[in-house]
Amino acid sequence: MIAEIGLFALILALLLAIAQGTLPLVGAARGDVALMAVGRSAAYGQLVFLGIAYAMLTYAFVTDDFSIAYVANHSNSLLPIQYKFSGVWGGHEGSLLLWVLILGFWSAAVATFSRSLPREVLARVLGVMGLIAIGFIGFTVFTSSPFERLLPAAMEGRDLNPMLQDPGLIIHPPMLYMGYVGFSVAFAFAIAALIGGRLDAAWARWSRPWTAVAWAFLTIGIGLGSWWAYYVLGWGGWWFWDPVENASFMPWLMGTALLHSLAVTEKRGSFKNWTVMLAILTFSLVLLAAFLVRSGVLTSVHAFAVDPERGVYLLAFMGIVVASSLTLFAWRAGKVGLGGSFGLVSRESALLTNNVLLAVSAAAVLLGTLYPLFLDAFGLGKISVGPPYFEAVFLPLMLPLMLLLGFGPRLRWKQDSPTEQLWRLRWIFAASLVFGMIWPLFVGTWSFMAGIGAFLGLWIAGSALKDLIERIRPRPESQQSMGTRVRRLGRSYVGMQSAHLGVALVVVGITFVLGYDDERDVRMVVGETVEVGGYGFRLEALEEVQGPNFTADQATVVVYRDGERMTTLTPQMRQYFSQEQPMAHTSLHRGIFRDLYVNMGEELPGNAWVMRVYYKPYMNWVWAGVILMGLGGFLSASDRRYRVRARREEELPVDRADQDPATATG
Amino acid sequence: MKKRQKRLLLVAGGLVGLAAVTGLVLNAFRDNLVFFYTPSDIVAEIVPMERTFRIGGLVEDGSVYRAEDGVTVHFRVTDTAVAVPVVYHGILPNLFREGQGVVAVGSLQDGGVFKASQVMARHDETYMPPEAAEAIKRAQREGARTVGHPEGY
Repeated sequence: MIAEIGLFALILALLLAIAQGTLPLVGAARGDVALMAVGRSAAYGQLVFLGIAYAMLTYAFVTDDFSIAYVANHSNSLLPIQYKFSGVWGGHEGSLLLWVLILGFWSAAVATFSRSLPREVLARVLGVMGLIAIGFIGFTVFTSSPFERLLPAAMEGRDLNPMLQDPGLIIHPPMLYMGYVGFSVAFAFAIAALIGGRLDAAWARWSRPWTAVAWAFLTIGIGLGSWWAYYVLGWGGWWFWDPVENASFMPWLMGTALLHSLAVTEKRGSFKNWTVMLAILTFSLVLLAAFLVRSGVLTSVHAFAVDPERGVYLLAFMGIVVASSLTLFAWRAGKVGLGGSFGLVSRESALLTNNVLLAVSAAAVLLGTLYPLFLDAFGLGKISVGPPYFEAVFLPLMLPLMLLLGFGPRLRWKQDSPTEQLWRLRWIFAASLVFGMIWPLFVGTWSFMAGIGAFLGLWIAGSALKDLIERIRPRPESQQSMGTRVRRLGRSYVGMQSAHLGVALVVVGITFVLGYDDERDVRMVVGETVEVGGYGFRLEALEEVQGPNFTADQATVVVYRDGERMTTLTPQMRQYFSQEQPMAHTSLHRGIFRDLYVNMGEELPGNAWVMRVYYKPYMNWVWAGVILMGLGGFLSASDRRYRVRARREEELPVDRADQDPATATG
Repeated sequence: MKKRQKRLLLVAGGLVGLAAVTGLVLNAFRDNLVFFYTPSDIVAEIVPMERTFRIGGLVEDGSVYRAEDGVTVHFRVTDTAVAVPVVYHGILPNLFREGQGVVAVGSLQDGGVFKASQVMARHDETYMPPEAAEAIKRAQREGARTVGHPEGY
């Protein structure tokens, strides 16, 4: 019964999506208020039925209903309860159900929070969201139903892939999907604006908080995926330039460009076409990511069961979305008109440079990701493009972007004097150069990359802090106290600086961990000590331990620093009952300046093990940076002006922001 | 400078920048493509020296042996026609087994030994690395012919 209720709810959601995807659009074209109003109710109804379908599948997981094929393939009666909940999205069908549930959530959120939008605009936005929902719910119902029955029912489930039995993985997919699917809102706003022919600062203001929230979720989702890879895969790596990672990174890069371009459109009314284009491209890359991961063209832990039908469906869906939105763009974009002009050195041109660099980076990743797939698909041979390519391309592209990040946010809109700004930052620049060059010496031997990374990190952070201090320090000509000044900064500004500080942390973290990590694969017997990164790792004991659904060989490794006992690590090699393959479970000791990382490799004759011992300096700076970036996105989306001004429907004067940069922040 | 000249300069600068970036990307791309070869290709000596590439095939039965240090592993990868010796320093994937499919990334050393920097085996119970399957398929198809073809050209 449960499965049938779930499937039925899913089909009802599909029917509501069809209503949502057609009636409001027709209503908006005809000026029919009743039809336009359908959008909101349909969105709420869809969320309810998707919620029911999702609850049914979760119920089946929790009650070990192995008569449902998906549950039998991804769960087990011994699976700990938290993984029964997260196991719902442990495979293709269930994760797709989560995807459409999140899409329903975003639709309902738009319906709730955009009451102040003009009726036509809201109808069009919800209509486009409905069309997207038709595509994805249809995909679920017709090719990937998680509710298929298994006859006869299995006695026991095949268990969730042990790699996915991890707290990091409980939250990685929901965060990532919130990001992916969230960009459909930015896309829907862009398409709605193209249909309505109204692309202005007000449109950018409506679209911007949604984009910032989606971007923040995607940032955190990617960060969690990387964090998961870091300690679950047990290779000590955290980014492999694997096609699946690239699939999520491309929309992130494009979405970052979109976020910055929207700032210009909102504040200055410029870059309108470009912003719309970026919204379309970002969502297209989201669809590409769904295709790459779900069609079986890639093989990885994400690549679900290979089924050509699914690949064809997604490819066709992507083709329709991209072709129709680009056609609409070509048809309507000419009528948009240009915004305010700007000088060679201005906030606009800095953001334009940011956009170009980010878009080129995304294109470079696209080339490296798709080219091997094309060759393979057409039988032209098997090649792969490894990390060296991406690193060779990324470093030179990111270097100017990071330099720009140090002073771009300080530039005035429209026109600024480059010499004045650079002169003001001269001490920051000199200090970050000097300390940046010295900093690596505290970690190890000097390396160029680490020096550059430290310099850029200090430069970005230094100029952001200087800006912050200038804004909040008391001024003789002003009566405001410092407290008032802090409150008046605005969440948008604080969010921006938080995200930029996050970038600084990530840059330092990446360059230091690349430059100074120390890895040793060694044979160890009990009592043996190995030196890595200035720490002594002594294997104290080997024993067998029992987990809820596995047995494991566990090593006790005591870590010494300068002869003093510091911590004890207990890596395991787990044998899950339901799996043939053993799985290494890493043990980590985290610290602000380094991670210590021990992993069990293989058992050798003579009661010895090959152990993998890592010293990872500054690793946590990367994660901290990602968190700051995500927080920044949420903060800026919650800025007061989006809540207050959104109620005003009149068009905003485009040059409102053309004032002192202290009040016009992006 | 007049406004028009300024704009011209800007456009020209933009184009130069774009050309530089394109050059950078394509150059990095060409230098870092990792081609795939089969053991037969290596025996036929049509693979590049001093360049990273991938090989695939089966781990030959009885070929795996571990050096004294416990961490250096020697084995042979076969496409059922010929086999090449491979040396790898580090921890092998959990599902690395004799007689199973494997893909290795590395380069050919003097003496015809493939020094692997990365070894990949199937990562679940049902999956064979596609490149390992490809090597075997190709070796069987080539059968009588003695020389294989380099891939990717």
